Amino acid sequence: MSNEKTQTAGATRKVTIKAFRFNAETDYLPYYKTYEMEVGKDELILDLLNRIKWEHDGSFSYRRSCRHGICGACGIKVNGKPVLSCKQNAHELIDLFGDELVFEPQSQKRAVKDMIVDKGDFWSKHAAVKPYVETEVDPHPTSETLMSPEQVENFLDADYCIQCGSCHYACPVIEVNEDYLGPAAFAAAYRFTVDPRDEAGRERLETTAELGSGVWDCVKCYECAEACPKGVNPIEKITKLHNLQFEEKVAERNVATKHAEGFVRSIKKFGYLDEQDIVLYSEGLGVVKHLSEALKMIKAGKVHPFDFAKKKMPRSKNLEEIQKLIEISKTNEL
Amino acid sequence: MSKLKYALYTGCTARESTPELLSSTLAVAEKLGIELVLLDEASCCGASHLQDFDEFLSLVLNARNICYAEQLGLPMVTICNTCQLNTVMTKERLDNDPEMRARVNEKLAEVGLEYKGTSSVRHFLYALIDDYGLENIREKVVKPLSHFNIAPFYGCHNIRPSHIHYKHNAAALPPEGEYHIGEGGGENLEHEQPLMSKYTGENPYAPDSLERLIEALEGKSVDYESKNKCCGFHVDLQAPKTSNALTGTALSDAIDNGADVVVTPCPLCQLNMDLKQESAGKQLGREIEVPVLHLPQMIALALGCTLEEIGLKHNVTKATGLYA
Ligand code: SF4
Ligand code: SF4
Ligand code: SF4
Ligand code: FES
Repeated sequence: MSNEKTQTAGATRKVTIKAFRFNAETDYLPYYKTYEMEVGKDELILDLLNRIKWEHDGSFSYRRSCRHGICGACGIKVNGKPVLSCKQNAHELIDLFGDELVFEPQSQKRAVKDMIVDKGDFWSKHAAVKPYVETEVDPHPTSETLMSPEQVENFLDADYCIQCGSCHYACPVIEVNEDYLGPAAFAAAYRFTVDPRDEAGRERLETTAELGSGVWDCVKCYECAEACPKGVNPIEKITKLHNLQFEEKVAERNVATKHAEGFVRSIKKFGYLDEQDIVLYSEGLGVVKHLSEALKMIKAGKVHPFDFAKKKMPRSKNLEEIQKLIEISKTNEL
Repeated sequence: MSKLKYALYTGCTARESTPELLSSTLAVAEKLGIELVLLDEASCCGASHLQDFDEFLSLVLNARNICYAEQLGLPMVTICNTCQLNTVMTKERLDNDPEMRARVNEKLAEVGLEYKGTSSVRHFLYALIDDYGLENIREKVVKPLSHFNIAPFYGCHNIRPSHIHYKHNAAALPPEGEYHIGEGGGENLEHEQPLMSKYTGENPYAPDSLERLIEALEGKSVDYESKNKCCGFHVDLQAPKTSNALTGTALSDAIDNGADVVVTPCPLCQLNMDLKQESAGKQLGREIEVPVLHLPQMIALALGCTLEEIGLKHNVTKATGLYA
């Protein structure tokens, strides 16, 4: 299985690989080990993982199974970029990062051994959104269940998810809020909610609408969109869940939903966002907790607290156009 | 050099809580001889929240903003990452989904407008680097920033999702004649020293445009891990703990790596990181104090703009000391 055979001379590039090493059973702290190798133009990151194990250190550990980008086992991070080892060409990464590649597990704090992480949190959060079609199944159907191409199109890209965890462990909110369900769970929630056979949509919308664990806690950093090797684009599905929550009247009036809806209220009045009003409107009485920051803003001349007539508030030219467009285009209410 | 001319979409923040962003942008353009036409008709872009409530309405309003740049026959520039992303996501959608474009145009027709897709939309940062050219900026520096360690903070919405930014921020300019390309290099410059990898443009995992700009202003840039991470602004109301954790971690990282000042092309990041230092510090149990500048404020310092134009008095964490 040596790769050398398939490599043509001149097409190889010399790289230094710094690999994260850690054994939860014996090591107190992780460390990095350096491996030098000539890398052929067709070699994948998985080939390099194999070569570390076969040519350097038999104890080096990582997950892989299908080698075809479909089982989702082999996700790691290379120079901070989440990749599927079995799909990622190594030369592409050398072009991107230079000749020192750093191999790390998807989440260092969940590392069990080298590249292997404990994905328990991923699986339990995924399970929490019922990632399957829930319906009464007729055991003796007389006809097929038909779905239109448009209905399929609606969730096809979300269906490509292989649960590799790349997005989940790239998400900064997962790191700081242990209740947060995360991008893969949300993409799955969307996928099954819009499946015409499914009957648990409302329940999923309620689960994902909860403050603290649901979609309203997403910081919109697009790390998940960038990370996904399958083009699932989880943040786009999150936006769709937000919209569905309003369409299906699942959204309750709270600080987050009022904040989203408050934009329309403001834009209608001024064309611009009334930054003071949106905080007041979203928070209601809760606004007092922003007092010390409000004072700082007043001091720096950023807000004008006594401008009750909103004289200092800018207004878009041709405001009536904006008002008309809102009137004729708006689709949702809170 | 022939004159560069753009339609400037200011967004809300530059007209409200960060007036220093607008004044410093205009001052920088003036010093460099770039003409900016303000799009006063434009509305709020929805700041990535309106689309959560009503995706279609968000497309209509953003398309209307682009229409006004198209009417002027000018490429649009933005000075906020979130405005940039919202506007190019709309553009991307309308340019590739004829059905949606027709639906949006049907609404726009009611107010006598039509989205055509003829104006490019880029962040001012990339217009400066690609059209004006770093070498030309370097020549205009009168107060080198050599005594500052500057930590660049990129802000999510100008680097992710990379495919969309690569396409739009590196958008080909309209043909010469209709619009003059600066001698700064534009495309050529990009080839010599690619801004981005071949498939993503600015590498979202190792961006370097701000470092290159800092270097052109003769400052020293601080290398730190959080430079391409999220500041947490967008959940500030509903999840202040998350927001504080992200803001605090990024700022601490910059400070611990020797930053005297942080600079960002996103006014939402700026506002968040400037205003929330005390609460983030409390949550993290440490001292956090470092001035945070808008990108044009930093350039304005180096080009010798006035204190009034740079607007340092509007920065919450004391920054007036940077003006010498
Ligand atoms: S966009 Fe939202 S879900 Fe995606 S990585 Fe960022 S915070 Fe997580
Ligand atoms: S959405 Fe993409 S990145 Fe996330 S688990 Fe599924 S395939 Fe992996
Ligand atoms: S860093 Fe924060 S405020 Fe800035 S663009 Fe990203 S999410 Fe928005
Ligand atoms: S080994 Fe199965 S996805 Fe890579």
